[in-house]
Amino acid sequence: MAPRVDALFYFILGVTIFFTTLVFLLILVFSIRYRKERHPVPVQIHGSIPLEIFWTIVPLGIAMIIFAWGGILFFQEMHPPKTSMDIYGVGKQWMWKFQHPGGQREIDNLHVPVGRPVRMTLISQDVIHDFFVPAFRAQYDVLPGRYTTVWFEATKPGVYHLFCNQYCGTNHSAMVGEVYAMSPDDYEAWLRGSGAFGSLATLGQNVFASMGCPTCHTGADNARAPNLYNLYNTTVRTSENQTVTADASYIRESILNPSAKIVYGYQNIMPTFQGQLNEDEMIELIEYIKSLTYNGQLLQLQTNTQQEPPVNLNKIQQGIDVMKPGTNTIVMPRTSAVPVTENAQEPSSKEPAPRQVVTPSNGSAAAPAKPSTTSKPKAPQGEQQQ
Amino acid sequence: MSTATISPAALEMPRDTYLNASYGVKSWFLTKDHKRIAIMYLVSITSFFLYGGLMAIMMRLELLTPQPDLFQSDVYNKLFSMHGITMVFFFLVPSIPAVLGNFVLPMMIGARDLAFPKVNLASWYIFMIGACFTFSAYISGGVDTGWTFYTPLSTGYLNTHVVAAALGVMIAGFASIFTGLNFIVTTHRMRAPGMTWFRLPLFVWSMYAVSVVQVLATPVLAITLILVAVERAFHIGIFNPALGGDPVLFQHMFWFYSHPAVYIMILPGFGVISEIIPCFSRKRIFGYSAVAFSSMAIGVFGFLVWAHHMFVAGISTYSALVFSLLTFIIAIPSAIKVFNWTATMYKGSIHFDTPMLYALGFIGLFTIGGLTGLFLAAIGVDMHVTATYFVVAHFHYVMVGGMLLAYLAGLHFWWPKITGKMYPEAAAKLAALITFIGFNLTFFPQFVLGYMGMPRRYHSYPPEYQVLNVLSSAGASVLAVGLLMPMFYMLWSLKYGEVAGKNPYRATGLEWTTDSPPPAHNFHETPVVTQEAYDYESLLQEEVEVG
Repeated sequence: MAPRVDALFYFILGVTIFFTTLVFLLILVFSIRYRKERHPVPVQIHGSIPLEIFWTIVPLGIAMIIFAWGGILFFQEMHPPKTSMDIYGVGKQWMWKFQHPGGQREIDNLHVPVGRPVRMTLISQDVIHDFFVPAFRAQYDVLPGRYTTVWFEATKPGVYHLFCNQYCGTNHSAMVGEVYAMSPDDYEAWLRGSGAFGSLATLGQNVFASMGCPTCHTGADNARAPNLYNLYNTTVRTSENQTVTADASYIRESILNPSAKIVYGYQNIMPTFQGQLNEDEMIELIEYIKSLTYNGQLLQLQTNTQQEPPVNLNKIQQGIDVMKPGTNTIVMPRTSAVPVTENAQEPSSKEPAPRQVVTPSNGSAAAPAKPSTTSKPKAPQGEQQQ
Repeated sequence: MSTATISPAALEMPRDTYLNASYGVKSWFLTKDHKRIAIMYLVSITSFFLYGGLMAIMMRLELLTPQPDLFQSDVYNKLFSMHGITMVFFFLVPSIPAVLGNFVLPMMIGARDLAFPKVNLASWYIFMIGACFTFSAYISGGVDTGWTFYTPLSTGYLNTHVVAAALGVMIAGFASIFTGLNFIVTTHRMRAPGMTWFRLPLFVWSMYAVSVVQVLATPVLAITLILVAVERAFHIGIFNPALGGDPVLFQHMFWFYSHPAVYIMILPGFGVISEIIPCFSRKRIFGYSAVAFSSMAIGVFGFLVWAHHMFVAGISTYSALVFSLLTFIIAIPSAIKVFNWTATMYKGSIHFDTPMLYALGFIGLFTIGGLTGLFLAAIGVDMHVTATYFVVAHFHYVMVGGMLLAYLAGLHFWWPKITGKMYPEAAAKLAALITFIGFNLTFFPQFVLGYMGMPRRYHSYPPEYQVLNVLSSAGASVLAVGLLMPMFYMLWSLKYGEVAGKNPYRATGLEWTTDSPPPAHNFHETPVVTQEAYDYESLLQEEVEVG
């Protein structure tokens, strides 16, 4: 992005230098030629409409060129390429905490590969911060209560400044860090060597289970809650007949404020999880939901599960079973540092098959679903009245 | 003293002036005379300016080295917060309207006073009450919100006296509303016979535009700051997401005032420059109506661009585009003004008195300040330079290089009218030169710093930024000298200055037809206007005929 930002920067710089020089020169020339000693009798001029039009239209034209150029650039800055990798950042007074999908965590440092676009999904735990890496020409505010994203692509290995660029209290100027841009191989090695406990998706799976989510989000079409498979980045129709993209912000909102946007055809029965999840757990949940994908063939079958699926029944059931996301590894090739599959099996053994849980006959089945956490999520029975 | 050469010996101070009409403390603190109220504002805002300037000098001292050494980070945060709050709300906003506008606007339109003299006096008291609140917060430990009071930092995460400071700013805002109301009504109702709208001096046009903006925008600031106080004191969730609020809402509300506020600050400067350039070029202004209407256009469009402060704050992509477009459009009226001022000099007979030097400095620095706004309006580039020192430099080029120079230009220009005495010309020219050099040395390096990525409001910084910071701090000391000089020689001129006479600059305008200093009711008899503004042709003809 940097060369493109700089191109426009230098264009505007040219415009600035041109007009500044023009005005300074005119003032200088007039000051010399028409100083009172040399030009004692002024010539009275009222004005000139053609000139006024001229110096309205020309600056306006130049301004419009800069506007269009800046707007196009802005769109590029706001829309990360499809090939971007995700890294999550949480800002808090006065530190940065970054999490890679493979589960690697770092404080105030950020390791990224060169030659690959990186999309940062950012959130603050307290006040507004601002993620700013001048070398990458990348900057965006980090807000509490809401995700913002910014993307960049490092081109040269090196160490770059990371600043908090929104005044955030006492140690604002100490809320700085370093971005380490590494060759892909070095980055891979770094990922491997930085001791993650499990990928974010795996951790998210644990959160998902412990919060009792599978009770309703069974993955079946007749479940009380929408299927989460292949949800990420698709378009969702709401009960108010609007469409919304199921990105990180949408998922976050749906967890914390479920009644804000209800998926078309579903009841407003989900309890809020406000205050029960910290930002790290939220990110893990999002990564988990993101990891829930079928490959194309399975997806097709999923759309008509009402009928008897002709083939691959085993795989489908495995896929539908939220507790057994065997497909995790497919979507996260870059997290090879962490063996996802090993962990994935572990919590599932404790869970009953969600298919059984979601019987139309009320939420009574919820109780045996996860005895250890019954106190945490609100019982779905009560919510059903709404 | 090029201008006072007409009849230097014959000048005497007039016998009855507003200054000797009555004596005693009460005659000042209970005065309804717009001229005395202007003097009271002048004394108040000058002391606030000194305070804000002291904060700036301490900041520049700290920034000499990359490490934090002089102050702790909390103290530094308080320094830039108090510098900003004081300079914006207690100096820039009231400076030209409340001092120069108060003094000359009624005289310019041939009125004996403002429409509501008591409201005018009340506005000074309200201003001072507001200042008491805010300064009590300063004295009792300081405020570290930044002048922008961004939430949720200001409402939930700071332990300083935010509420007192915010309420002070809110209260001072009412003074601004009162002044605006007074000017609007005065301009409509109190014009002398023959003073039609298109015979008004351009200073009156710009004060009118400013007043409309003040009256419409300032209440929003009051509401915003009350909401900050409510959230802070009673934990009612408005802006803090932890309480269910929206932090970006605060920014929308704050900038809905504070963007128009930068026009509240700069538009009066445009008015002053539009008076001075014709006077010292000895010719009428080029494109009177273009300058007048561009002031009104700025006043209107100024309300529609607030979110350009929020391009990276989480507003939608498309609304950012709209605000970017409107921002580019509002750049045009300012460009028109610059071209018209420059064209006014064409084929003039240019005198380089001190006000003209300041005015020429204004045009140059405002041009740079305005053009660097293009970088910030182009969203693609703003994503990089926003909130860096580039913004600091841009803002100071417009507000100090533009507004402060215009204020000094106007203060020198009308000083003989206000006091009846001339300031010492040589010292004043030297001060103007020092200010110009010091200003550029202080703020030009900050453009480069910003492009290199140095964030603003940083107490310590990476060492590669040091050279430019040292340059900037050195410039600040030069600038301080340039700005302190007028305070000394102007006080000196009160006693030792040459007697100015009615019209030392041979300027047009009704304020120059009355005594200097003017009598308590401005004019001995109500003036009748028969000419357009800036009719230097007739003025020069009269001079030729007389002698």
